[in-house]
Amino acid sequence: MQIPQEKHLELYKKLLLIRYFEEKAYEVFGSGVIAGTLHTYLGQEAIAAGIVANLTNDDFITSTHRGHGHVLAKGASPDRMMAELFGKETGYCKARGGSMHIADFKIGILGANGVVGGGIPIATGAGLSCKLKYNNKRVVACFFGDGASNTGGFHEAINLAGVWKLPVLFICENNLYAMGTSVKIATAVDDIAKRAIGYGIAGVIADGNDVIDVYLKGKAAVERAKAGEGPTLIECKTYRIKGHSKYDPANYRPQSEVDEWLKRDPLKLYREKLLNFKIQENTLVSIEKEVMETIDHAVEFAQESPKGDVEIALEDVYSGD
Amino acid sequence: MRQIKYVEALNEALREEMIRDPDLVLIGEDIGKAWQGAFKVTKGLQEEFGSERVRDTPISEAAIVGCAVGASLTGLRVVAEIMFGDLLSLAMDQIYNQAAKIHYMFGGQASVPIVVRTNFGAAGNYGAHHSQSLEAWFAHVPGLIVIQPSTPYDAKGLLKSAIRDPNPVMFFEHKFLYNTSGEVPEAEYLVPIGEADVKREGNDVTIIATSLMVLKALRASEDLAKEGISVEVLDPRTIRPLDRKAIGNSVKKTGRVVIVHEACATGGVSGEITKVIIEEAFDYLDAPPVTVAGADTPIPVEPRMEQFVVPNEARIIEAVKKII
Repeated sequence: MQIPQEKHLELYKKLLLIRYFEEKAYEVFGSGVIAGTLHTYLGQEAIAAGIVANLTNDDFITSTHRGHGHVLAKGASPDRMMAELFGKETGYCKARGGSMHIADFKIGILGANGVVGGGIPIATGAGLSCKLKYNNKRVVACFFGDGASNTGGFHEAINLAGVWKLPVLFICENNLYAMGTSVKIATAVDDIAKRAIGYGIAGVIADGNDVIDVYLKGKAAVERAKAGEGPTLIECKTYRIKGHSKYDPANYRPQSEVDEWLKRDPLKLYREKLLNFKIQENTLVSIEKEVMETIDHAVEFAQESPKGDVEIALEDVYSGD
Repeated sequence: MRQIKYVEALNEALREEMIRDPDLVLIGEDIGKAWQGAFKVTKGLQEEFGSERVRDTPISEAAIVGCAVGASLTGLRVVAEIMFGDLLSLAMDQIYNQAAKIHYMFGGQASVPIVVRTNFGAAGNYGAHHSQSLEAWFAHVPGLIVIQPSTPYDAKGLLKSAIRDPNPVMFFEHKFLYNTSGEVPEAEYLVPIGEADVKREGNDVTIIATSLMVLKALRASEDLAKEGISVEVLDPRTIRPLDRKAIGNSVKKTGRVVIVHEACATGGVSGEITKVIIEEAFDYLDAPPVTVAGADTPIPVEPRMEQFVVPNEARIIEAVKKII
């Protein structure tokens, strides 16, 4: 399928935005100015960028503890995200959420989630709204990992979405490890996508490090969803560049395995592909420069934003207070 | 005024709100026309509103509540029925990690206007997995509202308020109440969340009772009146937030208080109510507050044993006499 050049450049920009944001977040976390923990999306950028390129602001996503990539792809402001990480009142959640709880409901981001698998039933519910209120004109992309695919919520929510034929894309990012537990000792099937058969829905495997493959498989799933044909489970095979969280050296992964996957870095692969498509290198370089400036601005914004009054910790427990 | 049953009052509340708000959807196990709800609360609603808006679900409590959360974040309003309160354990993550925290955690951006309706209580010899009173679990969670109406009037008015409230509401119906009758006006009304109600006025002692225990406290009060003891019965109706003022005012008036709930004594709501009494009316107490609660056991099946482990009128009377 022919993808127009503007779409390619848009995808490339999204990949870069996530990559640069995460590298910067990793760096500032390391410098100790940020509290809490961080689960970087480094290495998985092609999945969020590829899937969300098929969505509009009217569509919805649910995200995970490793959620920066999903929300950036969906259009979240890097400034407000970085401010949230820095614990500033200009952050998305007034600094009450932090890295694992970014949301922007105005553009359909129903929230990252601290509970593995917690967003999957919520995505099914959003799918019910899409069907009943929006006649399947809107869809939901539900991101989760291989670890979440072993939770009960995965089974219940996908079965429900299947039997109700809800317009939901269940995107399983199989990065081969749930924290330090290899998928090989946690999951009896070799391909998580095979589970789709058990739910009577479409199941697809995508190369999670190839943004074009993810984009096209996401596109087909969105078309099925909008046609009222129900959900699709898309398993994206991928790999974390870093460990599970900020301070995890990931020593449980064999070096040979790491080396093999790093050769297939999604950003590197895509850049090579774009050059092969005869896109000028200086076009790419100028996008890279622009995105770097965006991230630098986000850090400045976060640094310059004020800390909120500690008393806001007591607000917003109930809506309408 | 006309008299209707508690179960009919709930049904009317759902029906009226379904008519008022086209975005309101009911989901739950066996709530549709095949079964009409395990206790018939949703009788006739699928026939009237269709199977798109009154949806039978698989046996998937986590997905039921999670689906309600997701739908409520994206433009629908949902009342989810959990067939027995004991089964809320299967949906706990969606209730207390998701529904209860979304408004706060995301900086007040979004609300979760859902109602989770369920029944509770030892009634009908269903045994340890279908008889518990777990309201205190939920009253412990910031972000949740917890309601336990005792009369058809309160059940209808509070369910309508719960549906319109922007927050997640846990709505507990005692199984023995479904077939009780009471006055319910034909005209529309709401009962505000967070307001207690004096079910009987008196001067000598206050009984603060919840749900079915209100009925037992009222019967005990009749007997005590014959002995010249004037009892005030206060029904908090909402467990979280508690109506601190009403509790304080009643205790200030009587100086003596017995708290009655069916839930196990340890960690029950009576501990919280006692705290409120100490904070609001300590100087007015003429005797220490006393609790009559369920035994610290699971609920046994055998009929005599089942009713032995929950409070009854005799124990309430005994408790009142102890502090008079």
